[in-house]
Amino acid sequence: MSIDFSDVHVRLGERDVLRGVTASLSESRVGVVGANGSGKSTLARLINGLAVPTSGSVTVLGLDTRRKGPRIRRDVGFVFTDPDAQIVMPTVAEDVAFSLRRSKLPRAEVEQRVTEVLGRYGLAGHADHPAHHLSGGQKQLLALCSVMVLEPRILVMDEPTTLLDLRHSRQVAALLREMTQQVLVVTHDLPLLAGFDRVLVIDDGRVVADGAPDEAIAFYRKLMA
Amino acid sequence: MNGLLGAYVPGSSPLHRLPAGVKLAGLAVACTVLVLLGSPAALGVAAVVVAGLYALSRVSLAAAWAQVKPVRWFAVALFGMQWLFVDLQGALSTVLRVVLAVALAGLVTLTTRASAMMAALERCLSPARFVGLDPFRVSLLLSLTIRSVPVVAELATRVREAQRARGVERSVRAFAVPLVVGSLRHADALGEALSARGLDD
Repeated sequence: MSIDFSDVHVRLGERDVLRGVTASLSESRVGVVGANGSGKSTLARLINGLAVPTSGSVTVLGLDTRRKGPRIRRDVGFVFTDPDAQIVMPTVAEDVAFSLRRSKLPRAEVEQRVTEVLGRYGLAGHADHPAHHLSGGQKQLLALCSVMVLEPRILVMDEPTTLLDLRHSRQVAALLREMTQQVLVVTHDLPLLAGFDRVLVIDDGRVVADGAPDEAIAFYRKLMA
Repeated sequence: MNGLLGAYVPGSSPLHRLPAGVKLAGLAVACTVLVLLGSPAALGVAAVVVAGLYALSRVSLAAAWAQVKPVRWFAVALFGMQWLFVDLQGALSTVLRVVLAVALAGLVTLTTRASAMMAALERCLSPARFVGLDPFRVSLLLSLTIRSVPVVAELATRVREAQRARGVERSVRAFAVPLVVGSLRHADALGEALSARGLDD
């Protein structure tokens, strides 16, 4: 599996958000760190075609995101920072099942997949609860369930622990370790990147460090000092 | 607000098991009958029937009260106006009609999952495909509208708190601007999330 950025520039209005990013990401666990406004969230959005490059190209699983966005989104799950923006249906189970609305799966299989994924992420007891009554951590787990029920091949998470308490952050970190998908995480939560294969540091729209987590994080700490 | 938010109460009562389409059609018929019933006595009988349906659904009293609670002040004002401009019997009939219709709609909400409601709506709208209307999008729109109520309400609470903290709680602009900006931001994020969930094709 691979995500390829080739000389990617993104310009929003008068601002260059990304400037000439080139990278090939095939590792199982990839982290992206950087200051606020450095362009790291835009980099994440490029992977499933939510954002497209102004110039250059992004290829995911061999498909160009500019032309094959909807097709790519079937294989690339995306978890946003704010789970409230991702919850569509009133109850927990319904929201997870909503992801499968256009899959044409039989109802029994949808129910079975929803039950399985809620059980896996510790929300089995909340299936019929109103989604907006969940805690912030549980909402983030629900957002994760709604993505994972589609069995994506790649998972992109944009600051998934920013709004979470320590317990839920640790839970997300543990879940990340168990996933079989290729995972790319944009984060300020540096301990979350323990055990990752590769970390990219973004600064002012450029990749300024790229390597093993220890080295890349040490570079980032110096950059932020 | 719970009724509006589709506070489905899980259960296995006969009303829970009834298909959503049947319940919605029944609601339409029942509301028509309520309009046709003229006397307070007949509406009193209707009230007993509604109470019986609630008992049949086995939802709690608190959940039942939550359905009609939002219209209590409206009902009081309506009663006063009707009494003033029509008569006592007319006021009683009108208020009973409104409250019973709301209670019945609430009962449908309490015993029907939003997804079943959406599916029923999609089936009803399926002929509209011939004029280019996508029933899925219409039912999604309805669901998103319901879902957005608690989000905007929470945002309004946060804005009010921020206003109080800054000592500008009387400023309409200080309330409206962040609320509108926050709502638009939420709409953008929701659109992006729907695309990310593969619902943009």
